[in-house]
Amino acid sequence: MSNLKAIYGIYPDPEAAERAHMALQVTFKYFGGEALGIEVVSSEPFDEYEFGRLGQRTSMPWIAALGGLVGGVGGYFLTAFTQRAYPLPTGGMPLSPHWTNGIITYELTMLGAILATLGTLAVATHVPGRRSPLADPAVAEGKIVVGVRNPPESVRVEIERALRSAGAESVVCRSDEDPS
Amino acid sequence: MVTKTNAEINDDLLRPVFHTSWRFWVAAVVLSLGVVAAYATFFYQISAGFGITGINRPVFWGFYVTNFVFWIGISHAGTLISAILRLANATWRRPVTRCAEVITVFALSIGALFPIIHLGRPWLFFWLLPYPNGRLLWPNFRSPLLWDCFAILTYLTGSLAFLLLPVIPDWALIRDKSSGWRKRLYTALAFGWSGTGRQWHRLEAAMHIMAIVIIPVAVSVHTIVSWDFAMAPVPMWHSTIFGPYFVAGAIFSGIAALIIAMSGLRKFLHLEEYLQPVHFDNLGKLLLMMSLLWLYFVFAERLTVWYGNEPAEMAVFLSTQRGPFAPLFWAMVFCNFLIPFPLLAIKKLRTIAGTTLAACTIVVGMWLERFLIIVPSLSHKYLPYAWGSYRPTWAELTITGGTFTGMVLLYLLFAKFVPIISIWELKLGSRHRAPEGLLEIVPVEEPLSDELPDLDSDAALEDL
Repeated sequence: MSNLKAIYGIYPDPEAAERAHMALQVTFKYFGGEALGIEVVSSEPFDEYEFGRLGQRTSMPWIAALGGLVGGVGGYFLTAFTQRAYPLPTGGMPLSPHWTNGIITYELTMLGAILATLGTLAVATHVPGRRSPLADPAVAEGKIVVGVRNPPESVRVEIERALRSAGAESVVCRSDEDPS
Repeated sequence: MVTKTNAEINDDLLRPVFHTSWRFWVAAVVLSLGVVAAYATFFYQISAGFGITGINRPVFWGFYVTNFVFWIGISHAGTLISAILRLANATWRRPVTRCAEVITVFALSIGALFPIIHLGRPWLFFWLLPYPNGRLLWPNFRSPLLWDCFAILTYLTGSLAFLLLPVIPDWALIRDKSSGWRKRLYTALAFGWSGTGRQWHRLEAAMHIMAIVIIPVAVSVHTIVSWDFAMAPVPMWHSTIFGPYFVAGAIFSGIAALIIAMSGLRKFLHLEEYLQPVHFDNLGKLLLMMSLLWLYFVFAERLTVWYGNEPAEMAVFLSTQRGPFAPLFWAMVFCNFLIPFPLLAIKKLRTIAGTTLAACTIVVGMWLERFLIIVPSLSHKYLPYAWGSYRPTWAELTITGGTFTGMVLLYLLFAKFVPIISIWELKLGSRHRAPEGLLEIVPVEEPLSDELPDLDSDAALEDL
């Protein structure tokens, strides 16, 4: 028997998607499960709706700052150590001048922040990676998909009912055997 | 005001991706010829040596370094303006930002080629990069040219990410709407983007951080380019004003390039409903401000030199005011101020055609400015017996022309494979609501009712 990967409904507008999201939350609450697998897929962000705020908290700015710090420290040591490793004639000027090394340190600080941001984004969004089992071609037409990843088989009927009651144009069940 | 459905927006903005006209192929072939000519000249230069250029003693930097500074300056339009508008949450930015960000990436890539073209042994350019070699000999971190290398690499990395991150959802859209080879290509380019809420949040957070980081990087890049000159004790180079002067000039030329690009896209891709007169009007005002700022910097720099009356600096100064470089100097003033000022300051003239014309003259003027910073100073160094002159040869002209055609070609190809206006951001903007705590301002064209107070009456004034 194949495992259920996802159940989702396709909605024409964000209001209907909002109703579906709330209906799923109520369903999970009523049947004692945790609403961890609820996911919304859309062709644009919907920050002004409750469902659009799923997973909004992120520590990305702190990681970027940490990346900047690592880049800056790395830049400082790169300049300071290499200048001492092979001392060039400087005509009485410092061998490892902080003024000019500061420029390299600054640029590598920024580069560190940029790379840390990109790395965090890749890890957090799984991009590059496999598409979500909720991804549906209807999203490209402006529809919004609301559903549950890896739903427990015990509440499958209730989830389908909740999705339909919110006004889904259609409800889709994806199993392991379906091509993603 | 034009209102469009999501399907209409998709159709309009994906049309260049799905349909290729014969004009595209003609333009691509013609532009490619310019690029091929430039490459052929470059390889001939490697074979024959720098004797085929006009570079000589004492003018060691000619067209190539002029082009380097010019293209790095042009690159300042995109990412910097886009980042500022993004952080300011300017809603009119949405159709403009990607057009601008593309300019940055391509102009920066072209600009970064010129130090390599200028090398006697260009295949050894990687010696600039810090890597441990057999003798533990590292690059000289005190050299401004190495600062350039780090600054440009950082800016290019950031700009590329800033451009491509918001492109991924649009590539995913093309993936879902296409078939055949196109579907396979865009499936690979979309990196498995699904459009989950978590992905959207992380993307927006990343774009916000990138916008914050990229602004100081952009400022640093052109400041460091200016230090290539200002660190040298050459007349009219060794100036503390060079950093901000170069940054202002870069933003100035960059905005001009953006207006030209938008004007071309609007006409050739039929984006009249997206790139509207208001975008040109807003950018025209910004260009006007930068024109005045540019004039201020030129005046401040030249007044200080003139008042100081230092002989070596005065020789350079006079060569540009009434000497051999005077025609170029006054052409620059005409192109950067006298022509664009009325076109941009008078509201009736600040049309799409007016701002585009002003932008074209400014791009020419800013190229002349870069030339006039470099060549007159090098040809009038401290000792009069060492003075010289410079005249470009066919080789420099061909390579310079090739970079311009290359820029247009890259832009053309980009617009062929990527929606030149961010589709998801445009849709987001079209249903944007005022954030909590802010007033939603609705324009009122007619009085709301007859009950409005008569402000001319004494009673109304007392109430007020």
